[in-house]
Amino acid sequence: MATQVLQNPLELPISARLAKNLKRNFVERVIEFMLMLAALSAVATTLAIVFVLIYESFAFFEHVSIVAFLTDTQWTPLFEDAHYGIMPLVAGTLTTSIIALLVAVPIGTIGAIYLSEFASHKTREIVKPILELLVGVPTVVFGYFALLFVTPMLQKIFPGLPSFNMLGPGIVMGIMIIPYISSVAEDAMRAVPMSMREGSYAMGATRFQTAIRVVTPAATSGIVAAYILGISRAVGETMVVAIAAGQQPNLTFDPMESAATITAYIVQVAMGDLPHGSIGYQSIFAAGLVLMIMTLVFNILGHLTRKKFREAY
Amino acid sequence: MVTATTPIKAESRDLNFYYSNGTRALKGISMPLYENKITALIGPSGCGKSTFLRCFNRMHDLYPGNKYDGQIVMHPDNTNVLAHGVDPIEVRMRISMVFQKPNPFPKSIYENVAYGLRVRGEKNKRNIDDKVEEALKGAALWEEAKNRLHDLAFNLSGGQQQRLCIARALATDPEIMLFDEPTSALDPIATANIEELMSELRNKLTILVVTHNMQQAARVSDYTAYMYLGELIEYGDTDMIFTRPTRKETEDYITGKFG
Ligand SMILES: Nc1ncnc2c1ncn2[C@@H]1O[C@H](COP(=O)(O)OP(=O)(O)OP(=O)(O)O)[C@@H](O)[C@H]1O
Ligand SMILES: [Mg+2]
Repeated sequence: MATQVLQNPLELPISARLAKNLKRNFVERVIEFMLMLAALSAVATTLAIVFVLIYESFAFFEHVSIVAFLTDTQWTPLFEDAHYGIMPLVAGTLTTSIIALLVAVPIGTIGAIYLSEFASHKTREIVKPILELLVGVPTVVFGYFALLFVTPMLQKIFPGLPSFNMLGPGIVMGIMIIPYISSVAEDAMRAVPMSMREGSYAMGATRFQTAIRVVTPAATSGIVAAYILGISRAVGETMVVAIAAGQQPNLTFDPMESAATITAYIVQVAMGDLPHGSIGYQSIFAAGLVLMIMTLVFNILGHLTRKKFREAY
Repeated sequence: MVTATTPIKAESRDLNFYYSNGTRALKGISMPLYENKITALIGPSGCGKSTFLRCFNRMHDLYPGNKYDGQIVMHPDNTNVLAHGVDPIEVRMRISMVFQKPNPFPKSIYENVAYGLRVRGEKNKRNIDDKVEEALKGAALWEEAKNRLHDLAFNLSGGQQQRLCIARALATDPEIMLFDEPTSALDPIATANIEELMSELRNKLTILVVTHNMQQAARVSDYTAYMYLGELIEYGDTDMIFTRPTRKETEDYITGKFG
């Protein structure tokens, strides 16, 4: 048995108490600093990327006027007769992304509603890992899947469809994005408190009415976040379009034609051996900058929509 | 109170209930709900009050593996709401419920109240407007809400939200209304409002209310049931239960010697 009574810390002289706190404070500070460092590394990387993009783009825009960049209808930086109109690449990016979203948003949303509100525990345990598996498939595989399987199938329906087109890779990209949308949206729906569902059932609503009229609106903010993630994935996706859409910059929104996207152009050029500092080399960065701005705009739009729908339970 | 001549709206007959994990939460409960009366359920935490209440509108059906054994018969049609052939949605159309914590939907005040009508397929805007107004008046929320019907329900205070939930439950003209500790999340003034409301609602429908608050049971209810460990220990006139309980356990609980 300890006979000595533990000293009440408040009875210690003030300097002793402070010393203890100092030590604790120091440890806290070190931990805080290391956590901040980890967070900063992500921010710093992003800033570095933005800096390089802007820096190299500046060099590019010393040779090419912004007006020509935005209005020229051709993108042929590597040709003798060079044109630097970004619009054909933007059109390719938008067209393939829109096709992908037309596939992924409805299927992803319905999938999320099914998994969260209708599927039994057992079904969910089986389906979720399969969806996660789909996320792990390398995008090259999806690219060849589009080129060698989906496009030939589409050609049976549309006989005039060229081997390289935007429709096939757009659809495949959509399939690729479904798991992202459905899993984020499902998480949002499952976070809706059970008491809200019970309120709906108690009013005599069916399971479907509860899912559509109560759970989905309650989860809107998270569902929109899922769509933003999907859009970012679609706009930034590279391999599928590089392989199956043709790599031919082409100012068109017709999904039956071949085209190049911004990302496809970047890999195409980056894989060649352009001299550092040449205008072709710099054009990658200008294209990259446009891609980043597009993603940023979608993110801001999404953020505003989320704010509008944000719910407090 | 002239019990003998008051018609019975619903009664449980030898009701047992088993949760999916095998817990037997109710043990042979038989008890009436008199029409246009308020029946209070009291008892220590975990004795099965909520479980019993939620049998009436088949809320336990929402979770797999739960099992009812016994009957809850509604009058005058003699329907056993627990029977296999009976659609729980039909039951919930007749028996509505107000929860412990206000749980409005992420919709406007108007749409919250209109919800029950909409899920029943009502499309006529005039009818819905009328019903919404009537229900909000019935829940004593009309004056506060009439100029902001299209505001999000979450912007109301807790007490207002609870009255909104009552309006929502009223809008479909239920025969019975279940309240599970409806005032436990509210301050004394909001509580008094809800209690007054319940007393008025008694003219329209039959009420079963779970409460932890002994004074509340004494104030608002006509009949009181004391439950303990899943059993109904005593049932009777509220006056009688609170002044001359016949069972020792009831007396101990009411006088605060236990629980
Ligand atoms: N989902 C469940 N699964 C298994 N057992 C449960 C479940 N819900 C409640 N129980 C058990 O059933 C018994 C009755 O619970 P119930 O919620 O009906 O009590 P209560 O009287 O409403 O209590 P309180 O006053 O705290 O709300 C308790 O022993 C509880 O542990
Ligand atoms: Mg309870």
